[in-house]
Amino acid sequence: MSTIVSLPNQETATLPKVNYLNNGYGLKSWLLTSDHKRIAILYLMSITVFFFLGGSFAGLIRLELLTPMPDLVASDTYNKLFTMHGVIMIFLFLVPSVPATIGNFVIPIMVGAKDLAFPKINLLSWYLYVVAGIFLVYALVNGGVDTGWTFTTPLSTHYVNTHVITAALGVFIAGFSSIFTGLNFIVTIHRMRAPGMTWFRLPLFCWSNYAAAILMVLGTPVLAITLVLVALERLFGIGVFDPTKGGDPLLFQHLFWFYSHPAVYIMILPGFGVISEVISTFSRKRVFGYTAVAFSSVAIAVFGFFVWAHHMFIMGVSNYSALVFSLLTMLVAVPSAIKIFNWSATLYKGSITFETPMLYAFGFVGLFTIGGLTGVFLGSLGMDIHLTETYFIVAHFHFVMVGGMLMAYLAGVHFWWPKMTGRMYPESMSQLAAVTTFIGFILTFFPQFILGYLGMPRRYHAYPPEFQVLNVLSTAGATVLGVGYLLPMLYMPWSLKYGKIAGSNPWQATGLEWQIQSPPLTENFVETPVVDHEAYDYEWLAHKTQHEVTTVG
Amino acid sequence: MSIPVEHEHSEHHIVGPKTYLLILLALLVLTATTTGVAFIDLGILNPIVALAIACIKAVLVVLFFMHLRYSSKLMMLTVLSGFFTFLVLITMTLTDYMSRAWGLW
Amino acid sequence: MDSQAIANRTVESHPTEAHEHPSYLRHHFVTVEQQRETVSFGMWLFLLTEIMFFGGLFMAYLLYRNWYYDAFVSGSNTLSIPLGTTNTLVLILSSFTMAMGVYSAETRNRKGLIRYLLLTIVLGLAFLGIKTVEYHAKYVEHHIPGANFSVEDFVHPSDPRDRPLAPDMAQHAQIYFFLYFAMTGMHALHMIIGISILFVLLYQAYHGAYVNGHSSTIDNFGLYWHFVDIVWIFLFPLLYLISRHHL
Repeated sequence: MSTIVSLPNQETATLPKVNYLNNGYGLKSWLLTSDHKRIAILYLMSITVFFFLGGSFAGLIRLELLTPMPDLVASDTYNKLFTMHGVIMIFLFLVPSVPATIGNFVIPIMVGAKDLAFPKINLLSWYLYVVAGIFLVYALVNGGVDTGWTFTTPLSTHYVNTHVITAALGVFIAGFSSIFTGLNFIVTIHRMRAPGMTWFRLPLFCWSNYAAAILMVLGTPVLAITLVLVALERLFGIGVFDPTKGGDPLLFQHLFWFYSHPAVYIMILPGFGVISEVISTFSRKRVFGYTAVAFSSVAIAVFGFFVWAHHMFIMGVSNYSALVFSLLTMLVAVPSAIKIFNWSATLYKGSITFETPMLYAFGFVGLFTIGGLTGVFLGSLGMDIHLTETYFIVAHFHFVMVGGMLMAYLAGVHFWWPKMTGRMYPESMSQLAAVTTFIGFILTFFPQFILGYLGMPRRYHAYPPEFQVLNVLSTAGATVLGVGYLLPMLYMPWSLKYGKIAGSNPWQATGLEWQIQSPPLTENFVETPVVDHEAYDYEWLAHKTQHEVTTVG
Repeated sequence: MSIPVEHEHSEHHIVGPKTYLLILLALLVLTATTTGVAFIDLGILNPIVALAIACIKAVLVVLFFMHLRYSSKLMMLTVLSGFFTFLVLITMTLTDYMSRAWGLW
Repeated sequence: MDSQAIANRTVESHPTEAHEHPSYLRHHFVTVEQQRETVSFGMWLFLLTEIMFFGGLFMAYLLYRNWYYDAFVSGSNTLSIPLGTTNTLVLILSSFTMAMGVYSAETRNRKGLIRYLLLTIVLGLAFLGIKTVEYHAKYVEHHIPGANFSVEDFVHPSDPRDRPLAPDMAQHAQIYFFLYFAMTGMHALHMIIGISILFVLLYQAYHGAYVNGHSSTIDNFGLYWHFVDIVWIFLFPLLYLISRHHL
């Protein structure tokens, strides 16, 4: 199979003598760093830890669901499993995944700056993330939370005796970590661009993260105050959300979903950004319809604020309000679809190669499309009444978040790994992992669409025996999926010592980050770059590298 | 100079004491007004007038004390987007509460 | 080398740039102007998060005021207009003194800056003092929700001009007081944080900071302070002035 990978001569190549990794040694130089690249690595490690914690809960859930009877764990424990799985995966993995690891690393370089606008706030953001993790682990170790990640009232405020306040506090703090990351991105992209780097020369990765950052800044505070109200309600029992005391439980849901719907766009938009970069690079073609992709990212962010009550259709909102939200939900699908069309058009007549990031990208396009389409079904009031709170919803959001976002994250980590570490991961191993993940994913989650349609409710640890075959398929798939996720944990660290030296631009990609050494210098650029070419300008790149020899060291 | 292309060379306008004093006076007068009007029965207009006065006071603080009047368009857009999002929260939540009883009585 | 190729194109454009470097210019910024505007933008964005943060409370207030209007009226009428109005005036005055502090910093007037920071602190503390008096009054009158709340004052109001409430509506007054304490409490927390920072700024200003051309810390703190003032500008009519016209 052909490949565009272009590495320096491995006999003579070495990593650059001076780079951000060896600029200062010791724990203090990492824990007190203001270098956005080091902070990105700190995030990479912590996010991976929490991913596997959340993933182990998923494993236990799937294990329990092998049989129709509740025979592995007690019902309370099962509630805690899916709650902690959701809370950890959403707040400690998906939300920060691409922005905090990849975004932190590449965005300053992509815009041509030496660092983010507020490096110390960036570090604070990581510490807040770690503290949030500690709060959640504390809640976990002390008995867990069993309200579901949605903290629905009045269950969470009056009827459970688990560590809701601790978990809510953890999520609150994680929210501020997210807010500060978003704030940093917005300011950096507005104010720190190098000369010649106009908005429309930015890589689309920047546009996507910019849109997600707007959502982080405007949406997350509402979650924060909502959780404060839940905590106060648990402490003082006034009745803000308790119908027996005159409160409205739907007020909680309005406030909660006002954030949590934009939150799904916070999670997916950065993934969209990765896909734009990867598809372009491995088709050797500029992204089709740059402006449409850029503006549709911002459109998703804006429209994303108008649709939250589609999570509440059966909760008691008025029919007229439900109609309005349903209509708007149909609208918000359009910008996402525009992107899929544009990526497909980018592939058309491109010189496609199948390196690992591209495999993940292909997986993304297929799986996210399915997930997104099922979202449209759910946005339709009549369908939703039948499908909501069933495994159809579970399948829907796992298709978009795992088949979509997680694949995009993996695509991104593989794509920028040579830049971050200076080394290549082993290609055949990684392609195997990508394919394993894809197969495992479909086996795990496609049966869940059928289960949901047939009526199996979500968040139940027992089910009628006629659903068992599909559940067994799903669990089998989960095992394969687990293997697919474990493989990178083996070969990525391996590559740090034994991987091939990557050189500055192994993918022959455009973008400022590929014009500097791998790993980069602490200050990224020796001199501030001046940009005079458009994004994804492969002709410029070909012209530039015509007479160059890739040397490192 | 290596400044990004769109950088607006907004003159660093220093707002003087006279402006601040005028705004202070206006705010004090408006405060007295809002308190006074609360004692007059205007029916449905009471909360509207109260909020309107509060909005005017807020706008004065934002434009002059917070220098938004002399800041770049980007800052204005930023502030407006914040208030817009707040309004979306309020109004769209209200579509639910206001229409719950429709058709029932 | 790759990065050199890009880098070489900029070398000749600003040969003297690197040497005119004020000490407060952070290394990742190119000019002082860029730094100032960037930091200001960052503060405005942070204030956006504060708008949305308080926004959730305003939404809850809006809903329950609509549902339990009578209880909200009665609850609101137990608050002291003189104290509330005074507090509003105090806070507005403190916004003025803060703005004058910013002006002093920008015109490199050290004494003026110290004076106005001090005044702002005093006014801020005065606000908190009056708030404490008000909170204490609520405690004494048994209006603390979930703690010592009593419906007596609402079912059998002592003032003949107040309308008595039915017992269940009187219970809903707790939601009013909950929102009163939540909103003014959250506001007071922001005031406390602000005053604490003011002490730090005062200390730094006393030692000569902010009046040497680098006044953006004072500018941006001022933005925060004014925002907290704006929150109160809305809290005052919403909590204190719901319906006073029968009095």
